[in-house]
Amino acid sequence: MRISKAWIIAAKDLRIFRRNKTVLRLVILFPLIVSIGLPMVIHFAGPNHGGIALSRLPTLLNAFSFFFIIGAAYLPTFIASYSLVGEKVEKSLEPLLATPITDSELLLGKSIASFLPSIVALYIGAAIFMLLNDLFTHQTLGYYYFPNWTMGIILLLVAPLAAILSVEMSVIISSRTTDVRAAQLLGGLIAPPFVAIYVVSEIGSITLNTNNLFIIAAVILLVDVILFFISTKTFQREEILTKWT
Amino acid sequence: MIDVENLTKKFNEVTAVEGITFHINEGEVFGFLGPNGAGKTTTVRMLCCLISKTTGEARIADYEVGNTADSLKIRKMIGLVPDNVGLYNQLSVYENLDFYGKLYECTEKSRKENIEHFLKMLGLWEKKDVAAGTLSKGMKQKLAIARALIHEPKVLFMDEPTANLDPEASKTVRDFILDLKKENRTIFLNTHNLDEAQRICDRIGILKTRLLTIGTPEQLKESLRGVRTEIQLAQVNDAIVSAVKKLTSHKVEVSDNKLIIDVGNTDEDNPAIIEAIVSAGGRIQLVTELSPTLEDVYLKMVKEIK
Repeated sequence: MRISKAWIIAAKDLRIFRRNKTVLRLVILFPLIVSIGLPMVIHFAGPNHGGIALSRLPTLLNAFSFFFIIGAAYLPTFIASYSLVGEKVEKSLEPLLATPITDSELLLGKSIASFLPSIVALYIGAAIFMLLNDLFTHQTLGYYYFPNWTMGIILLLVAPLAAILSVEMSVIISSRTTDVRAAQLLGGLIAPPFVAIYVVSEIGSITLNTNNLFIIAAVILLVDVILFFISTKTFQREEILTKWT
Repeated sequence: MIDVENLTKKFNEVTAVEGITFHINEGEVFGFLGPNGAGKTTTVRMLCCLISKTTGEARIADYEVGNTADSLKIRKMIGLVPDNVGLYNQLSVYENLDFYGKLYECTEKSRKENIEHFLKMLGLWEKKDVAAGTLSKGMKQKLAIARALIHEPKVLFMDEPTANLDPEASKTVRDFILDLKKENRTIFLNTHNLDEAQRICDRIGILKTRLLTIGTPEQLKESLRGVRTEIQLAQVNDAIVSAVKKLTSHKVEVSDNKLIIDVGNTDEDNPAIIEAIVSAGGRIQLVTELSPTLEDVYLKMVKEIK
C-alpha cells in the first residue's frame, strides 16, 4: 500500500470538505459547545456558587472529559458519510476506481479524510476545555486538574480508537445507503453506547478512572479489528461498482 | 493492443456477457454497438479491471486482465470516460484534472502541461478556475474526456461519450476522437448512436450479451447487400403486386409507385421479378439495389437474436 496515494485522495476530500459549510459547521460546533459549555456548567454550578460539592468535582470533570470520546465516535460519521456516499451520489467512483490505486489505498485515503479533521477539532476543543476548567477550578481545588492521565488516555488512546470505529461503521453503512443524510443518521447510532457509558459513570455505577478507560479502549480496539475486516470486505471495487451504485 | 477470448461475465444467475472474442489493433477506433443491457458497460468494466471476469481471457498490451499484479499496470495505461461523467462538482476544472494527474503519478510539470494542452484543445481553458458543478452538460463531458487523457493513455475507453449532448457538442467530441486517432491512440467506443459509429469507427462489433458480428462498417453493410431490390414503376396495381408475391416468399413492400422486395439471390430473383412485372403490364422505370445502412444491419442482428 502506498501512503502517498492515500494522501492524494485524503487531500482531495479535505479540500471538498473545507468547501462544504454544513459539514464544516457541524464538525466545529460540537467540540466548541463541549469545550466552552461544560466548563461554564462547572463554573456556574460548581462549589464556588454552592452547587456541586467539592468532593464530586474531580469525578464530574472526568465524566465531562468523556464527551470527547462521544465526539470522536460521532464527528467522523458526518465527514465519512459525505466522503463515501458523496462519491456515490456524484457517480465519481467509477473513474476514481479506474485509476491505478488499490482498494486499500482508497479506503485509507477516505479514512484519513474523515479521521483527521474530527480529531484535530476535538484536540483544539479539548485544549480549550482544559484551559477553561483549570481557570475555573484552580482556586477551588488548589491545583491545576488538567492535564492529567485520564485526559491523556482519553485524547491519545480512546478518542482515536472511537474515531476509527466511527469511520469503519460509516464505510459499512455507506455501502447500503444512497443518501448522505441517511448515512449520517445511521452513523449517529454509534453514539448511544458511549452516551450510556457516560450516564452510568454519572450515576456512579462506574468510575472513569485510568483502569476503566483502558478496559473501554480494549473493547473498542476489539470492535475496531472486527469492523476492519467487515469494512475491507465491503470496500472492494466490484462490490462498490455493482452494489453501491 | 486488446485481445479478448471467450470472455464471460455472470452476476449470480444472470449472464451479462457471454463468450465474446475479438481483437483490437493499436491505433484503431473500435465501436461497440448494442441495445441497453447488452453488456457493453460490463465489457468495458472488465477490461478496465473494475470488475472481475467469470471465465475467458483478455489482454491489454502485454498485461492480463484479471491478474492482480497486472491490474495496476493496465489501469495506468488506459483512460476511461464512463457513461456518468462523475466529476467533483465542488472542485474547479483545474483541480479535478490535477487530482487525477496526481493519481496517475504524472510529474508536476507534465500535469501542468497536459492540463493546459487538453483544456485548450477542448475549449475549456477559460473555465479552468470555475467549479465543475457549474459547467454545462457538454462542458462536463469534455472535462471527463480531458480527465481520461491527463496521463496520455495508450488506450481510451469511452462509454456513450455523446449521449445527452446537443449536436454541436457531439460533433466536438467526435472530432476530438478523430484527433486522438491521429495520435495513434486505441479507442474503444461504446455507443448506440449508429451514425456516430459509422462516422468514426474503423471496426464495429454488435453485442447483445453475445458478440453477434464484427467488421468494418462497409463489411457489415456488405453482409446485407442484394437483400432488397427497389423497383420504380409508372403505376403499381394489385395484379403486379400479386404477380411478384407469387414469385417470392419474402416481404414485398409497396410505397407510392415503388415496390421494395426482399430477395434471396439478386442474380436469380431480380430477372424473374422483372419478367413477372412486365407480364402483369407494369412499366418499369428504375431498378435499384438498396444499399443497406448500419441501422439495417444492427436491427437485423438484434432482431434475429430476439
